[in-house]
Amino acid sequence: MHHRYDVLVVGAGGAGLMAALYAAKGNVSVACISKLYPTRSHTGAAQGGIGAALGNVAEDHWEWHMFDTVKGGDYLTDQDAAEIFSKDIIEAVYELEHMGLPFSRTPEGKIAQRKFGGHTREFGKAAVERSCYAQDRTGHMILQTLYQQNVKAGTTFYNEFHVTDLIIENGRCCGVVAYHLASGEIHTFHAKAVILAAGGYGRVYKITSNALTLTGDLMSIYYRKGLPLEDMEFYQFHPTGLAKLGILVTEGIRGEGGILRNADGERFMERYAPTIKDLAPRDIVSRSIITEIREGRGVGRDKDAVHIDLTHLPREVIEGKLAEITDLARTYLGQDPVKDLVAVQPTAHYAMGGIPTDINGLCFADGNGTNVEGLYAAGEQACVSLHGANRLGTNSLGDLIVFGRRAGIFAAEYARQAAYPEMPENPERDSVEMLSRLKNASGKDNSAVIRKELQESMMNNVGIFRNGPDMEKQVEIIKELKDRYKNVGVSDPSIRYNSELIEAMELGFMLDCAEAATASALNRQESRGAHDREDYPERDDQNWLKHTMAYKDLNQNDHVLIGYKEVALKGYTRAFEPKPRVY
Amino acid sequence: MPETYPAPANAAEGVAMMRVNVKILRFDPEKDRKAHWETYPVEAQAGDRVLDVINHVKWYLDPSLTFRRSCGHGICGSDAMLINGRNRLACKTLLRDVAKDGGTITVEPIRGLKVEKDLLVDMEPFFDSYRAIMPYFINESPPPPAERLQSPEQADRMAHSSNCILCACCTTSCPIFWVNGSYLGPASIVQAHRFIFDSRDQATPQRLNIMNQNTGVWRCRTAYNCTEACPRDIPITTIIEEVKRAVMYQQA
Repeated sequence: MHHRYDVLVVGAGGAGLMAALYAAKGNVSVACISKLYPTRSHTGAAQGGIGAALGNVAEDHWEWHMFDTVKGGDYLTDQDAAEIFSKDIIEAVYELEHMGLPFSRTPEGKIAQRKFGGHTREFGKAAVERSCYAQDRTGHMILQTLYQQNVKAGTTFYNEFHVTDLIIENGRCCGVVAYHLASGEIHTFHAKAVILAAGGYGRVYKITSNALTLTGDLMSIYYRKGLPLEDMEFYQFHPTGLAKLGILVTEGIRGEGGILRNADGERFMERYAPTIKDLAPRDIVSRSIITEIREGRGVGRDKDAVHIDLTHLPREVIEGKLAEITDLARTYLGQDPVKDLVAVQPTAHYAMGGIPTDINGLCFADGNGTNVEGLYAAGEQACVSLHGANRLGTNSLGDLIVFGRRAGIFAAEYARQAAYPEMPENPERDSVEMLSRLKNASGKDNSAVIRKELQESMMNNVGIFRNGPDMEKQVEIIKELKDRYKNVGVSDPSIRYNSELIEAMELGFMLDCAEAATASALNRQESRGAHDREDYPERDDQNWLKHTMAYKDLNQNDHVLIGYKEVALKGYTRAFEPKPRVY
Repeated sequence: MPETYPAPANAAEGVAMMRVNVKILRFDPEKDRKAHWETYPVEAQAGDRVLDVINHVKWYLDPSLTFRRSCGHGICGSDAMLINGRNRLACKTLLRDVAKDGGTITVEPIRGLKVEKDLLVDMEPFFDSYRAIMPYFINESPPPPAERLQSPEQADRMAHSSNCILCACCTTSCPIFWVNGSYLGPASIVQAHRFIFDSRDQATPQRLNIMNQNTGVWRCRTAYNCTEACPRDIPITTIIEEVKRAVMYQQA
């Protein structure tokens, strides 16, 4: 089957839905394809809020938000992106409200706001109420609201279509190839502009807050073309996942006054971040928790968790503003936050890195500013880079809205004046080949076993603390897993709804993401933000204040080429010089 | 296939394991004329999710087993199934709550929608009903520069109905829906409620009109199946009653 749209959006989470809405406003034909039903997207799992300097509860300014974002990113944040973001997000949150989003409210009827990690007033003096929230299901409400608006706008959706290839000819994107789960058919989508917004790759880690479907498909497909992935060494571990399960427990619980305690009952964050304590940014809190555990002050059967204490908060706050995580703790751990301490541990959560783009979402083909014409990316998939070396809580939802919208606007603007590019002959050839190789593979290797080994080894060797020898070992492990992957078997011969085939294909994408992340992390010989090298404990601005660009070497198997890109150290009107990062 | 299988997701040493027979209703349209039961013996932890158990079956025992799943913690709404005869999300149901050591759990597709393969059903009719209630905010007056004001009490009125994740547990547990697929069903009424009771929305008359049609609220016979099935604890029957009253008095 062959389809044709001016603008094609891949992914139907917050960024994709926002991009689709805004592309359609630009008077072009738009379709959105997703490997899920849109409302299943993982934007819905975000809990705590969306940061914007509305000042509804306490005085706030976009400059403070920009500063926090840059400092939170350990100065690897591109400051042009941070300035646009901190300004635009204010009006974008009002726009969400105008779309009907049911925010929680202040007594005066304004959007309610609460404190969140790393968000401060007056450039770091104290925590500030910046996170606009809808109880602790803000992501759910954003996803529902944006889907509703797309239903209203009549957006065309192709649900349960798995993208298998991007068609790029002579530096120009011409469309995508996708596999339709229901029919087993291959579809080609011819487009003037394509927007990639298909989320992250958290499933390469054993303990993760990410959905089973977050396997980095589009990042891998981009990387297989010899195009770069930016800053893949920066992977965020959220400090509080439910113990053993990794299910997200929002930072909003610390925003509402929750306290982290070790086995001695001590509020240990006082030692690591004396000013803002439990509301320090995520990289710092996660490292502090692991340090407590390593020094023998963990809790639980395996002493590999710490406690989050809400018992001093009123029941109405816990069951009202934190209803979602109260339900999760009761359901999965049998622990009731109203009266029990809840066991939590860091969980793989968010990729700061991804497909490099400029501030309009246009993809970069290298570190020197060469673009892939007609190809855009936004959201966790992309690296604009707003989050630098460590993303602040609430800035992911903001990123989806601000940069999803920009990608939609600029893709439509481009498509309006562009002609359809010429599709190569037989664009589905590579996809057909990949799928039939997987389907006809008679190998003895089980993809679930390979995936499990990948997840465990990534957790052990490229986790919160890293070092050279462990990561060199991981490079070899990934090579070995890729070798075995060539021999993976798919036993289900069916044409319709062949989910075994899909899982095997996704494993291939995950191996690529893990390869790029490990190579990038091994290469960066310093500690910055979420990237903490035990063998290089200091930040080194002299040598490493630059973005990593990891390329698959198309001439040599299992080899990754590393390049760099400059950091935008200035915004349009404001600039924050790199300083030591203390809280 | 290896001889010994790795234990499911969150297994750890020193944790009591239980043995269960997982009895799943299988159907492959490419080879079966009708559905049949298959039973898989699985060793798992009491605290595992049913989703962990059926993932274990898929990954290590029979990879052709087909079902939808994504987030794994009850927020995406993909994995609604009939577990031990009751609609639940597989990822929000713990094994210890549905089985004893040495016992059996049954897993079937949700009812009233066409089974495409194993536990995976055609969701299109469900989303058609959703789209029929105008599931989007309508207020055509120009918005203020900042937010439209709404009191916490007004916001509270849609706190339950806006919590819906469209998993279809409610609609596919409704005996009226089983008999008459044109009934919009509990999930769509919950969605309508979310807008009807939103103080900022201006399309209440149109929505009440849709609810008043013969595919709308009057089909409900208050069986309470929907309320019992909801994995988000939405008091669905109460919500339907609120919509019925709003239709009767033509105001929310």
